[in-house]
Amino acid sequence: MTREAYVGQAMPRYDGIGQVTGQAKFVDDFVLPGMLYAKALRSPVHKGVIRSIDLSAAEKTPGVVGFVTAEDVPGTNIYGACGDQPVLNNKNIRYKGERILAVVAVDEDTCQEALEKIKLDIEEQEPVFDMFEAMKPGAPLVRPDSTTNVWEYEPGMFTRVMYIGDVDKGFAEADYIVEGRYKTGEQDHAAMEPMVSVAHLDDSNRLAIHTHSQCLYFQLGQLAAIFDLPLSRIRYIGGAVGGGFGGKNHIHADHIAGLAALKFRKPVKYRLTRREDLLYSTKRGVFILDYKTGVTKDGRITANHIKLWHDAGAYGGFSPYGVEKCSMFASGPYHIPNIRTDGQCVLTNKVGSSSMRGFTIMNGQFPMEMQMSKVAETIGMDPWELRFINAWRDGDIGVSRYVVRGAGALESMKAAAEMAGIELPEKLLAMSSRGR
Amino acid sequence: MKHILSFTLNGSPVDVLVTTTETLLDVLREKLGVTGPKRGCDDGDCGTCTVLINGEPVRSCLTIALTVAGKEVLTVEGLTPGAELHPLQKAFHEHGAFQCGFCTPGMLMSAKALLDSNPDPTRDEIRLYMSGNLCRCGSYEEVVEAIQAVAAGEYKE
Repeated sequence: MTREAYVGQAMPRYDGIGQVTGQAKFVDDFVLPGMLYAKALRSPVHKGVIRSIDLSAAEKTPGVVGFVTAEDVPGTNIYGACGDQPVLNNKNIRYKGERILAVVAVDEDTCQEALEKIKLDIEEQEPVFDMFEAMKPGAPLVRPDSTTNVWEYEPGMFTRVMYIGDVDKGFAEADYIVEGRYKTGEQDHAAMEPMVSVAHLDDSNRLAIHTHSQCLYFQLGQLAAIFDLPLSRIRYIGGAVGGGFGGKNHIHADHIAGLAALKFRKPVKYRLTRREDLLYSTKRGVFILDYKTGVTKDGRITANHIKLWHDAGAYGGFSPYGVEKCSMFASGPYHIPNIRTDGQCVLTNKVGSSSMRGFTIMNGQFPMEMQMSKVAETIGMDPWELRFINAWRDGDIGVSRYVVRGAGALESMKAAAEMAGIELPEKLLAMSSRGR
Repeated sequence: MKHILSFTLNGSPVDVLVTTTETLLDVLREKLGVTGPKRGCDDGDCGTCTVLINGEPVRSCLTIALTVAGKEVLTVEGLTPGAELHPLQKAFHEHGAFQCGFCTPGMLMSAKALLDSNPDPTRDEIRLYMSGNLCRCGSYEEVVEAIQAVAAGEYKE
C-alpha cells in the first residue's frame, strides 16, 4: 500500500480484536493453578513509629500461608524513582496507608480476616500535610533522619534554579511588574483497571511477573534489586494495560506479588481494591507558583521570575524531577529574554505524588496563562494581542536553553480563535511563527 | 457451605460449586475462567462487569451468584457463536471506540441490551443508556458513533 493509504486515515487498532472479543489478557485475568493471594497491612496513622507487631493470632487463621515482612526482602527494601521508599516499612511510618507487611493466604477473604487479627503497636506522631507548614522551622520532619522537609537535590542544595538572561535587568526595563500566586490541586488517575500483579516461578525457576507497568524498564532494575536477582532471572511480562495515565509509571503491586511468590514458591496475586487504589496509589501532586512578571507598556515581557513549590507527599518519587520539568514549562510558549525559576520539592505526610497526564507541564502552563491574562488586564491590552506579541518564533530560546524549532503557538491560537468564532485583527493574523 | 449452581453460560450448561456470598463476577472470573467481564470497582459504579441475565444488563459484581440459577447469562465471550464478529464488535473496533479496552466488554453488553430493546435509539437515548459504563480514556464519543452505525445497519451479522 502507498503511504497515502495510511496517512490521514483512521486505521482500526492492530490489537483491537482482542479488546472487543474479551480475549485481551489484563493482569487480573490471569488465574493460575494453586494461586495464593496477598493483602497488605497498611498503617492506620499518618506518621508514627512501629513498636511491635504481633502476628500470633493472625497466623492461626485457617487458610493463611504466611507473611511477607521487611525481613523477608532478599535484596534492598527500597523502591521508587528516588530510591527512598521502603517496600515494606516496619519502622518509621510516613503516610497513612503505607505498607507494613503482607499476609498471604488461599483467598482474599482469609487475608482480610488475618489482617484484622494482627496486633500493631504504633506510636503515633504529629504529621504535617501542608507544604508551607512543612517548611517552617520546627515543623514535624517527614524524614526522621533529615533536618528539613525540603528536598535536597545535591548536598547542601535545596532549590533547583533555572535561568536565562538576568531578571533584575529585565525588571529594570519593565514599565509594570505584575505578581500572582496560582495553585493546582491533587488528582487521581482512576484508571478503570485497579493496581494488580501476578507473580510465579516459571518452568525454569525464573520469577515471572505479569505487570500492567507503563514502563517496564523504569521498574525492572528496581525489582531486581529488591529480589536480589540478576535481570536474567526475572521475566517481567507486560501486555494489556487497563489505563495508566502516568499512574502505572510507579510500582504498586509487582514488588509484593514477587516477594510472596519467591518466599512461598507458589503463584501469587496481589491486587488493590478500588478503595485502596483511590486512597493509597500515587496521585498528581499539588503545585504552588508565585509569579513576578515585568512588562513594558507596549506589551513586551521583559522578565519572569517564578518561585514554585511541589508537594511530593511522603517520598520523592518523580517529584524532584517534576519540579525541574515544571520549571521548564512555567513560562509558557513565550519569548522572554530574562527568566529565573526557583523550584523546591517538599515532603509531607501524604501518599506520594507521581506522574500524571502532561506530567507537571500543565501545572506550569496553566498558571502562566492565568498570569498572562492578569498582565494583559494590568496594562490594558487585549489578552490575545499580548500572547501574539510574545509567542515563540523559530529560533527563540526558552529557560531550558533549548532553541525552539517548529514553533506553533501562533498558529494554534489562530485556529482556536477561529473555532471559538473570535475575529482577530489583521495585524495579529499577519504574524507567523516563522519569524518576528 | 457450598451449593451447586446450574445455569446457562453463553449458550452452554454450567454446574459450579459456590458459596452464598460469592458474586456472579467472582464465579465467572475466578472459577470459570470467563474473564471478559472486568473487576473495575467491585462496587457497582463502573459498569466494566456488565453481563446480560435473560437479556437484561446487570452488574455481575453486585449479583449474588446463586440468583442466576436456571437463567441464561451472556458475556462478551458469547456475543457471537462462531468466528465472525458481532456487528457491535466490528463497529467498536472500526470506530476506535476504546483506548485501553478495559471497559469494552461491559460497554458491548450494555450496547447489545440497548439495541435489543430499542433498535433505533436517538443519540440522547444512547448517551443515557450507556451512562452506567465508565471509560476513563474518554472514548464516549466513539462509543456513541459505533452504536449509531450499528443501529443504522452499517454492520451486518
